[in-house]
Amino acid sequence: MAQTESEIVQEIGADYGTKYGFSNPDEAKDYFFKSGRGLSHELVDAISAHKDEPEWMRKFRHKSLDYFNARPMPTWGGMPSLTEIDFENIFYYIKPTENQVNSWEDLPADIKDTWDKLGIPEAEKKYLAGVGAQYESEVVYHKLQESLEKQGVLFLDTDTALREHEDVFKQYFGTIIPQNDNKFAALNSAVWSGGSFIYVPKGVHIELPLQAYFRINAENMGQFERTLIIVDEDAYVHYVEGCTAPIYSSDSLHSAVVEIVVKKGGRCRYTTIQNWSNNVYNLVTKRAVAEQNATMEWVDGNLGSKLTMKYPAIWLMGDGAHGEVLSIAFAGKGQHQDAGGKCVHAAPNTTSVITSKSISKNGGRAGYRGLLEVAKGARGAKSKVVCDALILDDESRSDTYPYIRIDENDVNIGHEATVSKIGEEQLFYLMSRGLNEAEASAMVVSGFVEPITKELPLEYAVEMNRLIQLQMEGSVG
Amino acid sequence: MAKLELKNLHVALEDGTPIVKGVDLTIASGEVHAIMGPNGSGKSTLAYAIAGHPAYEITEGQIVLDGVDITEAGADERAQAGLFLAFQYPHAIPGVTVTNFLRQAINAVRKARNGGVDNPMPVPEFRKAFLAKMDDLKVSRELASRYLNDGFSGGEKKRVEILQMAMLEPKIAVLDETDSGLDIDALKVVAEGVQQLVGPNMGALVITHYQRILNYIKPDFVHVFVDGRIVEQGGSELAEKLEVSGYEEWEVKEEVHA
Repeated sequence: MAQTESEIVQEIGADYGTKYGFSNPDEAKDYFFKSGRGLSHELVDAISAHKDEPEWMRKFRHKSLDYFNARPMPTWGGMPSLTEIDFENIFYYIKPTENQVNSWEDLPADIKDTWDKLGIPEAEKKYLAGVGAQYESEVVYHKLQESLEKQGVLFLDTDTALREHEDVFKQYFGTIIPQNDNKFAALNSAVWSGGSFIYVPKGVHIELPLQAYFRINAENMGQFERTLIIVDEDAYVHYVEGCTAPIYSSDSLHSAVVEIVVKKGGRCRYTTIQNWSNNVYNLVTKRAVAEQNATMEWVDGNLGSKLTMKYPAIWLMGDGAHGEVLSIAFAGKGQHQDAGGKCVHAAPNTTSVITSKSISKNGGRAGYRGLLEVAKGARGAKSKVVCDALILDDESRSDTYPYIRIDENDVNIGHEATVSKIGEEQLFYLMSRGLNEAEASAMVVSGFVEPITKELPLEYAVEMNRLIQLQMEGSVG
Repeated sequence: MAKLELKNLHVALEDGTPIVKGVDLTIASGEVHAIMGPNGSGKSTLAYAIAGHPAYEITEGQIVLDGVDITEAGADERAQAGLFLAFQYPHAIPGVTVTNFLRQAINAVRKARNGGVDNPMPVPEFRKAFLAKMDDLKVSRELASRYLNDGFSGGEKKRVEILQMAMLEPKIAVLDETDSGLDIDALKVVAEGVQQLVGPNMGALVITHYQRILNYIKPDFVHVFVDGRIVEQGGSELAEKLEVSGYEEWEVKEEVHA
């Protein structure tokens, strides 16, 4: 019998622990390969050798590690917990299975069970054009609809892409985000593993989303996936990523690098629903380049993690390029979400919109940090930045850091920011219609983020609203 | 047959200031009671206190619905038990459509009335009832997909309050200054909507400053409310008298007592 909506909602009562926080503790011994703790050039050699990589990549990794070691920990933003990351206590590379499979049945039972619990095989059947599933450091499952393969679409894990399509890979890899871009991009460049590689040929529109799901299972795991997406002229793709992890008492680290190129007239939408457990540092660099009349859209939902620092960026390099960043950050107890977006207008008639909604509760801290830059010569650039914060109680905090640099006179720039609280009167109004306090609060919050959830495919919008209700349950007495 | 009883009800603000100073009133289904009083007499406080607003403290007395004491119940529990308050100033909930809000509210009430077990109204049934009631109340269908009270005109807000009432089917409805801000056409529609609902399943308490709305909702009982107390009771003829003479008579009396 099909589940009713309210039955599903009831299941939300199950907390993160039972829904996402489970782990497979016994399987560690069954991993195909697990590096020791700590970061070193020996580790880099081991990873590279394990992947049987070309020499240039091995060198790239070593150089990146040098950059990482040389760079100081960033101090801007005042993130004291950054200094608490113990890089020597992290496992940088775990290969759970010997081979990648393209049938869920071929996975070891406990790993398959994890994906079943997260509902990924079910989602694939219903509404996805392709799925990649990364467990620890490696993509263990990957599949793309045959019809798309025939049209020349490439959707592979990044390691396989390097092996099988080295030419196109090398042409773009590390060009959007240089290996020394920032300390964590350098770390990723040194120890990267997994992630998605997508190439959409000219004029091909992929109607259903491609999804990648990232799962950390082991304690003190470091996950460093590397994603590279190339959308050729007039092509379209919507890529969705989700992420969860078990709850452990000590911290894990997720530090991804995502590079995207959208060619003339193409469009790429990249949706993230990040729901890491509250012991994961989430320090991610995401940047896209949009060429002439291309459109790049980041839809970035941050609900989980201990500390997230993530500002998806768009460089509008061609005349008429358009960029959008829609960001939701939800910070609960012990969480700090430093999210936002960057748009750089480097060509005439480029347009951008950044919409940020942040919610903080139970002492959480959520903020918007964004950069809007218009270079000289980017005549006719238009941009609008809207950041709204909702603070649910007196212990919680919201910050807004909108950096704006304009070097061109012929521009049209708008910036609006609001901060609000859920009012007692609003809650009373909803409760006087029969909703309990948690339901009423969740309704106000869902409404607050609605401008962003309405941009999500229905299934993800439902998921996002469920996650918000889940988050809200703990927030009221 | 539903019955709401207010027994020696005293209500104070959070800072202790007494506003409602001992009200006894019984409202049964099929009855329309009007509470008429000047500005600042505590009428809205009475309405909020009946609905369970947390900022108003019941310092003495009881609220009993169908024999169950709900004096300490939360606003949600009262709504689930069958009380409804049509707000004088309904609040906006941006991002939540009227339809979505009403479905969730109806299902919350149905769940509570089903012993805490979900019993959602089937979507086709909801849709049918919703469209029919929107047409009855001359609520534009376009409002259904707009965000609740967000940017609504005064008249739209009041109609949507009555639409909510019609959908939630309360036992006792309290209407707080529903006539304020309505032009005469809107007032007629809203009042007729209320009048249609009053019957074997619903009684109403109409709180108003002016007699105007009572031309369309015929009260069975009129209570004159001054300085937190009912100072006189009568039939609908009392409302007409007030329209002519105002509240001065009782206000002066109060001053003398003070």
